[in-house]
Parts: sequence; C-alpha cells; structure tokens
Amino acid sequence: MKFSMNVGIAGYGAYVPIYRIRAAEVARVWGSGEEEPVREKSVPGLDEDSLTMAYEAAREALEMSGVERSEVGAVLVGSESPPYAVKPSATVIAEALGLTPRVVAIDMEFACKAGTTAMILAAGLVASGAIKHGLAIGTDNAQARPGDELEYTAGAGAAAYLVSGDGDRLLAVLEYAYSYVTDTPDFWRREGERYPRHAYRFTGAPAYFNHIVGAAKGLMEEAGLKPSDFDYVVFHQPNVKFPLRAAQMLGFKPEQVKPGLLSGEIGNTYAAASLIGLARVLDAAKPNQRILVVSFGSGAGSDAISLVTTENVGKKKSSLERLLSRKVYVDYGLYAKMKGILRVA
Amino acid sequence: MKRVFIVGAGATKVGEHWDRSLRDLAVEALLAAVRDAGIDKRDVQALYVGNMMSGELQGQEHLGALVATWAGMAGVAAFKVEAACASGGAALHQAYLAVASGLYDCVAVVGVEKMTDALPHDVTSALLTAEDQEYVVFTGATFVGLNALVYRMYMSRYGVKQEDVARFAVHCHKMAVNNPYAQFRREVTLEEVMSSPPIADPIRLLECAPVGDGAAALVLCNEDFLKRSPRDVLVEVAGSAVATDILSVHERRDPLAMAGFRKAAEAAMKRAGIEAKDVDVLEVHDAFTVLGVLTLEALGYAPPGKGWQLVAEGQLEPGGEIPTNTMGGLKARGHPVGGTGVYQVFDIVRQLRGEAGANQVEGAEIGLAQNLGGVAGTVAVHVLRRVR
Amino acid sequence: MVWAESVPRVWRERAKKYRLLGGKCPACGSVVYPHRQVCPYCGSEGLQLVELPRKGRVISYTVIRHPPSDFVGKEPYVVAIVELEGGARVLAQLTDVKPEEVREGMEVEAVFRRYREQSPDGIIEYGIKFRPAH
Repeated sequence: MKFSMNVGIAGYGAYVPIYRIRAAEVARVWGSGEEEPVREKSVPGLDEDSLTMAYEAAREALEMSGVERSEVGAVLVGSESPPYAVKPSATVIAEALGLTPRVVAIDMEFACKAGTTAMILAAGLVASGAIKHGLAIGTDNAQARPGDELEYTAGAGAAAYLVSGDGDRLLAVLEYAYSYVTDTPDFWRREGERYPRHAYRFTGAPAYFNHIVGAAKGLMEEAGLKPSDFDYVVFHQPNVKFPLRAAQMLGFKPEQVKPGLLSGEIGNTYAAASLIGLARVLDAAKPNQRILVVSFGSGAGSDAISLVTTENVGKKKSSLERLLSRKVYVDYGLYAKMKGILRVA
Repeated sequence: MKRVFIVGAGATKVGEHWDRSLRDLAVEALLAAVRDAGIDKRDVQALYVGNMMSGELQGQEHLGALVATWAGMAGVAAFKVEAACASGGAALHQAYLAVASGLYDCVAVVGVEKMTDALPHDVTSALLTAEDQEYVVFTGATFVGLNALVYRMYMSRYGVKQEDVARFAVHCHKMAVNNPYAQFRREVTLEEVMSSPPIADPIRLLECAPVGDGAAALVLCNEDFLKRSPRDVLVEVAGSAVATDILSVHERRDPLAMAGFRKAAEAAMKRAGIEAKDVDVLEVHDAFTVLGVLTLEALGYAPPGKGWQLVAEGQLEPGGEIPTNTMGGLKARGHPVGGTGVYQVFDIVRQLRGEAGANQVEGAEIGLAQNLGGVAGTVAVHVLRRVR
Repeated sequence: MVWAESVPRVWRERAKKYRLLGGKCPACGSVVYPHRQVCPYCGSEGLQLVELPRKGRVISYTVIRHPPSDFVGKEPYVVAIVELEGGARVLAQLTDVKPEEVREGMEVEAVFRRYREQSPDGIIEYGIKFRPAH
C-alpha cells in the first residue's frame, strides 16, 4: 500500500506503568526451571487498565503535535484487553481528551496487531481527505493464566500516534504499508473466558515468523527496498528471542533491531509492543532515517509499515525514557492484587 | 420568644446492643425522659427524632411516626431531623424553636442511632452520605480520612506532636470510668493510643469515637407547662444555634479555621447572654481527638496550637479550668451518631442538676454543648443554664 | 445501595471528572473545582468555565486503610488535598506512590485513572488522580 498523499506522524506518546515484576519472581512461584523469556515485565497499577494507559499515551501524542483538539477527526483504539467486553474505550478516551462529539471513534481488536492497523486506517482516513488528523492507539493490559508460560511476558503499556496530512507538522512520513493475514489459530480467547489459550510451539514458525517475514518481505518487494535501506527495524516483541531471529531470517542486523527492542524490560505489551518500540526509535532518530515496523497479531497477521523521518524528528521527545527509568518492583503477591488475580468481590 | 426548659432527660447505655433495635432504643430513652419529667407521655405535643443513617443501615425512614407509634404516642406531630452527626443537636434546635415560638407547650426530642446492624465497610459508606458524593466520596476518602487531612495540617502549622493531641482520648476514657451510660468504662494510656493501628494516617484507632448504638431523649417545655412537672431543679435552654460551613474541608479557604465552630457558639452564647469564660462544663464533639483540641482553641480557651496544653495540665477535668467531656465525650461515652447531640445535653443536664456522681463539677451552672455534622459542615451549639 | 449504582449521575459529571473543568468567579476571582453556578466564597453567579492546570502540590494527605464498601480491595491508598497552579483545590487520590513517600508540598501532576467499579458487572468510574511530578 502506498498512500495517495503525504501522510505521517505529527506527534506520538508512549505509556508504561511504574510497576515491574522480575521473571525470576514469577519463576519463584511457578518454578518452571526453563530459561525466562524476558528479564522483567511491566505491571499496571490497581487503578490502571488498557483505557487509562491509552489516554496517557494519546494525550502526549496530541500535545506533542500541537494540533487543535477540534481538528482531530478520529480516535482508533486497538486492544485485546478493553475494560468492557461491550462499550467502547474510544469514547471515554475521546471525552477525556475533549475531542467529542464530532469524531470517528472505534475500538479494534486483532490480538497484538490492532495498534498498527489503527495507524494504517487513520492514515487512510487522512489520505482520503475525510479527516485532517486522527489518533491511532495500541494499548493492552495483557492477561495470562497464572502459571502459564505467558505469565512471564504478559505486560502492560500503550502507544499513540497523531496521524496527520499537515506536511509542516510531520516528524515522520508513512511511505508504505503492507498487511499479511491468514487464518492461523495460534492464540485465542473465547467470549466470556478470563484468560487466553495458545498452541505452544505452533505460535512460532507458522504464526509469528510466517506472518512477520511475509509482511516485511512483501513491503520491501513492493517498495523496492532492502534491509540495508533501513536505519531501524521494530518487530512485534513477545519475548527477546523472536524479534532477533526474525531479523536474522530477513537479513537485518541486530543493531537495527535493538534500539526498538524493549520486551526484555517491559515484557510483551501486545497491541502496544511494536508501537512502543517505534516511539523509542523516534526518540533517538535523526532526520531522513528510514524505519520499518512489523507487528504481529495472533489469529493471525502482520502489518509492515515503513516511515522516513523529517527535519522535525527529535524536536520533541516522548516521556518513554523517563517512564522506563522509574520502576517499582512488586512481588508476586502484590502483582496478583494489581492484576486482579486476587479478587475480593 | 418563650423561655424553654428541659424537664426530663433519659438515655440508654451506649454500646453494641445486639438484642435491641433502633425503635427499642429510641422508645427506652424517650420513656425514660418522660418518666424523669414526671409527666404523662400524652402531654407531649411534638416529637423530634434526631437520626442520620436509618435509611442506609436499616432501610427505615419515617422515624417520626415509627417512634411515636412504638412509644404509644401516635397522634403527636413527629419528624426525623437529619444533619449528619449533628442530627441530635439539629433536632434539639428544632424542638427548642417549637417551644420558643409558642406553638407547643411541651415537646420531646430523641436522638438515636443503631450502627451495629451493618457491616463495618457499610457503616463507613453510610457515614459518607454526609459528604459530597460526586467529588469527595468518589475519591475513596472516608470521614476518618477527611479529619486526618485537618489533623496533619494542624500538626504541621503549629508544630504540635501527635502525642499531645492524642492525649484528648486518654482524658475522655478517664472520665467515662464513672459514667454508667458510657460505652467504654476503662482508662487507656497514651502509649496504648499511640500504638493502636492507624485507620487513616495520622489518625489512630484509639483517637476515633467508636461505633455504637444508643439513644438519648429530652423533654422540653415552656413556663406554663412547668407547673405540671414535679422537678425543682430546672435546666433552661438559654441559647440554641446552628451554623454551617462550606461542606468539604478542601474547599475551605483555611481548613483549620472552622468558621462554623465560632459562628454557632457566638450566636448561642449571645442569646444566653454569656461569654465562653462563664461556661462551667463543656461538651465538645471529639469524634477524633483533633476536633476536641481545635474546639478548645476556637472557643478561646487556648490560643491556636495550644489547646493540647489544657489536656496535658488536667484542666479538662472536674475542678480544672474548663471541665470538658466530663462523662467521656464521643470517644468513651460513645458516638451513636444521631444520638450524640442529645447525649451531650443529657450529660450536661446531669452536671447542672448535680447528678454527675464522681465526676460532678461542683456548683456547675452553665454548660455548653457543641455537636458537629460532617467535618463541622454543620455545627449545633446549645447553652444550658441551671435555674430553680 | 441504590444511589451507588446510578449511571446517569456518573455520566452527567463526566467532563468535569475527566478534564478538571473548574470555575472562575467573575467577582472575587476565586478558582474552584469543579465548575458550578455559584461561587462558594462570595456568592456571585456565572462562574466562567476553565480547564484547570494539571500540576499542583500536596496541601495535606491521608492514607485510607479502612475503605468504604465500594473501595474494598484497593486499600491502602492515599487521598490528598491538591492545590493546582492558580489556586483551585482538588480532593483526589495520589497514585504511583508509596504512602510513606508522600510529603506535604510534594509536586504532583494529573493522570487519568480508575476510581471505582459500581459492581463487578457495573460501570467503571474514571477520573483524575495525581502522581509525583517528574
């Protein structure tokens, strides 16, 4: 996909809760004996959910962009952990940001991929001339069955992008996008179920790697680009190993991956994962650099998006570094309280 | 305006009355007051029931008709009066007005609360109906917490230590030992108070008035009706005033100013023609220790930040400079919320009649009772004078 | 309790709770939160609607250890009087901070958080809390 007009990012924000649990602490309780897939992961406070995190990221994106609230035409929220099964998060976020009522607002679900798809759709609305600016958000408070291997990684975080067609405001231009989806049931949660299930090693080759590689290759072929044309690449990051292996399979070097690889310290933030990685990269990027982002959502699909930074990049940075540096470690008991695993009512 | 006299006073012991209902307690106190007055209960023309939480805790409103019926007084004009923890004081104010206006010759007021029917968290929630639901209760604050905000500011501004404020509780427990109506007839040490668990920091458990059940009642009448009562020592309601302050503490320009304290006290004292120094026995609304200390300062018995010294020096005890909460106060006599304002006056009546036993303040002639609703959002003050 | 599960009363306050919408008195200049018709200090009417600053400092605070029914399971938590830049005072929870780290005068900034659930299957009430400022 190539957008018919100049469309890109005018502002971005990221949010990671203050709390962390070390993988070793999870292992202390469940003691699998295997090597832990991350060092630690983010844990939302008792008063946080995917909606509140999305709000914080979106407010930062909006403020960074300097765009008037009345000119924001869309709020697209990608998440697999909305606080309500039925009732949109997008309306609460739009209301709290002061964007209501004249705004397109929708919650979107595609496991860990909904955030990048929100970005593509926002770009489409902008490129079509339907709206001037739109907010695309990826946010998740990932749930895992206690003791499940997912519990080591299921993290919490959000990232938001103010997608705009206003050339002067853009800090990165969206060059190409490429979506690659198939019916591949590697991970799911049935209606009414509290925790998701997954198909263990089936989540690897036929799911994550097939779709990541398919989307990335598709984009590069369509755009006539090769791995060395990119300064950075950000993959969906369910753990630390998978993105590094995907890079290797596609011919990227670890140096291209590592700036946007955060799963070791915040875990898998699902729909936010690749977008928080992108925020990290944009905070570090210089003008005229090319970035490839490839998400992966179970079920399954990947969105590959290539961006080129403008002179505006780096003028303002997100609060991500500060959020990553303020950490409060919790033990499994407090973690269970915060995650709602311990229920009092 | 007609002069108003208290000719009868009665109360139940304050405590956990598992076997008695709200109506049982109200009727017991009411009939005790009527007997004390030596009149026929059917001479009572109007009944004012001070109560805060019957709607929340018992699902019971319409207390006027309910209590009148169960007391065998159906037919009287009867009402519930609600002003949070000042419900009892507010009901007495209404009863006073009814007689002073000349409309009625004889009325009764009963303050009652039955708190132990509900679970602790639900009592906490019910008490919070006294605050702004949308912008205060919404935050998860509790009444202990709101008073704790005041307490912390007080210590900070005046450099007062918590031990000094907390001593107020020690005083109240010492007084309650000799009060057969008190919920806690035992002394506590300052160490016990200071090592009790925090409820809402800095406030500790033993700085809080307890949860309890109880009812207190008074019979009020005018001079004409006095002839029907055999009592020779009479107590006059010499002043009665109610004032409000901005409801929520955080919105007050100075959360320590307690404007309502002064306003209500000044109005009641002016009506009675007295000054604070004339008061022989004082009842203050020490739902939390800090409120007791703040009241002593607001009424001018001590400069700001120095109220605690009166406690430390024993000046609140009978024989002291300003005998205060001589029957145990809210802390130890107990604080059955809607009953408290009436209990305070019941305690003063016993002092003025010379019936206070071991804690008698010799020659007490003038008493002042201060009853608060919310964090002093409502203040009801009564000045009582012994007459013969 | 019936009143605790009212949806309309939460809905009608949403903008003020989500966005710190205060009122500025045209007569005495006082700034109050939330916006209302009449100035509590001077009684003047027609308060101007203003979006209040998101930064302030702690005037006083407490740690709630025995919560009301609808906050059971959240304790302990901190409730504070926060004075916003410009003078309006807000009662709110502090979050992302240990009770023992809170100080009077501490600089704080607004965040958007959950306050309570009306019941496990009822609506969730959101609003402004404050965290230590960076």
